[in-house]
Amino acid sequence: MEKSLVINPDKCTGCLQCELACSYENEGVFNPSKSRIKVFTFHQEGRFVPYTCTQCSEAWCQQACPVDAISLNPVTGAKEVNESSCVGCKVCTISCPFGTINYNQSSGKVIKCDLCGGNPKCVEACPTQAITYVDADQTGLDKMRQWATETDNSSSTNTANA
Amino acid sequence: MSWAGKLLRVNLTTAEITTESLNEEWKNDYLGSRGLASKYLSEEIDPACDPLSAENKMIMATGPLTGTSAATAGRYVVVTKGPLTNCIACSNSGGFIGAEMKNAGWDMVIFEGKSPKPVYLYVENDKAELLDADEIWGTSVWNTDEWLHNKHQDPLLRIAAVGRPAENGCFYAGIVNDLHRAAGRSGVGSVMASKNLKAVAIRGTKGVGNISDPEGFMKAVNEGKAVLAENPVTGQGLPAYGTQVLMNVINEIGALPAHNMKDVQFDGAHAISGEAMHEPRKSDGKPNLTTNAACFGCTIACGRISTIDQGHFSVENKSQYWGNSGGLEYEAAWALGADNGVDDLDALTYVNFICNEEGFDPITFGATVAAAMEMYEDGVLTKEQTGGIEFNFGSALALTKAADWVAANEGFGVDLALGSKRLCEKYGRPELSMTVKGQEFPAYDPRGIQGIGLNYATSNRGACHVRGYTVASEVLGIPEKTDPLTAEGKPGLVKAFQDATGAVDSSGICLFTTFAWSLDNIAPQVEAACGGGWTAERLAEVGERIWNLEREFNLKAGITSADDTLPARLRTEAAKTGPAKGLVSKVEEMMPEYYELRGWSTDGVPTEETRKKLGLS
Repeated sequence: MEKSLVINPDKCTGCLQCELACSYENEGVFNPSKSRIKVFTFHQEGRFVPYTCTQCSEAWCQQACPVDAISLNPVTGAKEVNESSCVGCKVCTISCPFGTINYNQSSGKVIKCDLCGGNPKCVEACPTQAITYVDADQTGLDKMRQWATETDNSSSTNTANA
Repeated sequence: MSWAGKLLRVNLTTAEITTESLNEEWKNDYLGSRGLASKYLSEEIDPACDPLSAENKMIMATGPLTGTSAATAGRYVVVTKGPLTNCIACSNSGGFIGAEMKNAGWDMVIFEGKSPKPVYLYVENDKAELLDADEIWGTSVWNTDEWLHNKHQDPLLRIAAVGRPAENGCFYAGIVNDLHRAAGRSGVGSVMASKNLKAVAIRGTKGVGNISDPEGFMKAVNEGKAVLAENPVTGQGLPAYGTQVLMNVINEIGALPAHNMKDVQFDGAHAISGEAMHEPRKSDGKPNLTTNAACFGCTIACGRISTIDQGHFSVENKSQYWGNSGGLEYEAAWALGADNGVDDLDALTYVNFICNEEGFDPITFGATVAAAMEMYEDGVLTKEQTGGIEFNFGSALALTKAADWVAANEGFGVDLALGSKRLCEKYGRPELSMTVKGQEFPAYDPRGIQGIGLNYATSNRGACHVRGYTVASEVLGIPEKTDPLTAEGKPGLVKAFQDATGAVDSSGICLFTTFAWSLDNIAPQVEAACGGGWTAERLAEVGERIWNLEREFNLKAGITSADDTLPARLRTEAAKTGPAKGLVSKVEEMMPEYYELRGWSTDGVPTEETRKKLGLS
C-alpha cells in the first residue's frame, strides 16, 4: 500500500525536530540547512507550517530533468534523485511549482524528500503528530473524522421527525 | 565528540577576530556552556573590574548537546560580570541562535575590549566580520532584527541584539534573540552595549556531527523524549499553559509574592494566569493565547504566542502591537502583575512585548516598579516625580507608562532603569528593594517555600529561581515531595538542585527537562554524544565545581557571607495569609548547615580541602 505524508500545521510547534531527523538521516549531521522538510514560522500570525515534497504523480521535476536522474520508486511512490546521474543543472528546482526540490552546495546535486525509503524519519521525530504517514488514498481521513464528530445527529433526527 | 572544538575571539578594540581550539582540559572539567564559559571568564578577567568597562569580557557559549536532536538542545548562555549584581552573570536563552552558532562551527564567541563605534558581528560559517551598526544604533531589537534580515537578504539569519535601554545604561537590559527569547537577567545586555556591540547575526550550514556513539545517542535521545512526553508536567501542563501553569498553584499555597512582597497571595491571580490566557476576551471573542511554541529541538513547547486586545488602551493607535508575539511566562506575569497588584492581562502582555522589543528584564523591571509603587504610597515619591500620573499599586496605566519610559529612557524611566536596589537607595528607602546581591526576586515567596529562600540567598548571580529550583520538590513533588514550610533538610536539597542545574546548563539543554529528567536521564545522552565517561555522578561533580568556581569569582569581586541573605522584610515580617501565615524565612537558620555541606568555612569561603577535591586551582 502506498502511503503519503500528511501535514497538519495546527499541531506544529516549530521545534524543528523533523529537520534534525531529516538531515541526520540523509547527511549524517544535525543540520536544518540541509533538511528536505522545512518549518516556516509566520510570526505575526502565530503559525508554524512544515512543508516538503508531496510526490506529485506527474512530477514536474521528473519531466524537466534532462538526464533522467529523477525516477519513481514503485514501492513508496516517491520521486527519487539518482545522485550519480544528477548533473546539478537545477532545471528541476525551477520547474517545481512548490520549491520542494533544492540544490545542495556541498554535493553539487539536488536534494528532495524520498520518504526515507518508506520510513520517514520526520514522522518518527515529530513530538505532536503534526506530520503523519498514512494510506495514500485516505489522506483526508483525519479531517473527515473531525467534521464527522461535529455532525449533530439529534438535530437531523428532529428535522426528519418534524 | 559533539563539541565543535573551536571558539571565536573578537577583540572589539582592535577589530581583530581570531580562532582558537577549545581548551581540552577545561572542557572535561566544565563540560561546556555555563561551566566552560565561566572558567574562561574567571581566567581572563579581574573579577573586581568594572562590569561596564572595556576590561570586562562577554562570552556567548553553547554546550556539547546544543544543535543536536536531544530534546530542548538549543540553549546558549551569556557569561560576563553583571552590572546589576557586580557578580558573575550567566543568562541562559533558548530560541534558535545557539544551535545556529554550533551549526556555523563554533562552541563559543568571546568578546573583549570595546569598539570605537557601533558594530555588529556577522558570522557565516568560518567567515566572521565586524560590520557598521550606525544605522541601527538607537533603535529597538525588533527594528534591528528586521534591518539585518533585509540587509543580508537572508530570512534564515539568526539574530541576537540589544535595544535602547542597553545603550542607555539600564542596569537590567538583556540580549534578545529570535525576537522574543532572551538572555534576560543581571544586565548582560548592558555589558554588550557598553562594548558598542549592537547585534550578533549568525548563519550556520555546517551542521553538528561528530557524535561519539551515533546509535547509542539516538537511543538515549528517543528514550529521553518518551519520558518527557509521558510526564504530566512536560507532556501536558507546560505545553498547554506554559510556565503560567504555576500562577494559581503558587497563589493557593501562599507563596505568590504581591505588592512588593508585602503579601504572599494576590486576589487577581486567576485573571493573569495560564488558564485566563485561554479564555475568550469580551471584546473580540479571541483568547490571549494563540498557540504554544517551541525553541530549537524542544519537544515540550512551553512558549506562549499571544495577542493583545486591539481595543486595549495600551495599544490604541499602535497597530505594530496588534499581531502575535511572545506572550507571558510565569515569572514575567508575576513581576509585572502580582508584584504590582495589576490584574489586567492585556496590560501585562503589552509590557511583555515592550520588554522583548527593547530588551529589558521583565522580572527586575516589574519588581522595580513595585518598589516605586510602595515608595509612592508611602509618600517618598510624588506625582511630579512619577511623570504626572498616580503611581499606586494596581495601576495598569502606571505600569505601561513605566515600560514606555524605560524603553525610551525618558522622565521617571531614567530612575526606573536603575533597578530597585539603586532606586530605593537613591530615595533613602533601601529596605524596600526586594533583592539579593542587587538582583530582584522571582515569583516564589521564601516565607511560603523555605528552600527557595536559601537558594535565593546563595545564588551566585543574585536572587534567581533557575539556579536551584527547589520549588520542584517543595511544591510539585519532583523528584520527591518535601514540606515547603519547614527548613529541615533544605540545605542539602538546595545544594543538590544547584549542582545538578550547573551540569544541565552546561550541557546545552533546557532546565525544564528536569521536571521529568534526572541526571540519570541526561548522562547517557551526554556520554553518547561526547564519549569519555560521563556519568550522573560526574555531572553532579561538574555542577559542584562550577558552583565553587562562580563563588570564588564573586569572593574576588568583593562579595562576602554578609551578602548571602534576604531582605529584612522576608526575615521579619510574617506572611499574613494562606498556609504560610505567621511564618518568616528561616534563611539564617539554614545557612550554617549549607556552608558546611558545601565545604565552606563559616565565612562562606571554600576550604582548601574542598578546592582540592574539586580540582580548583
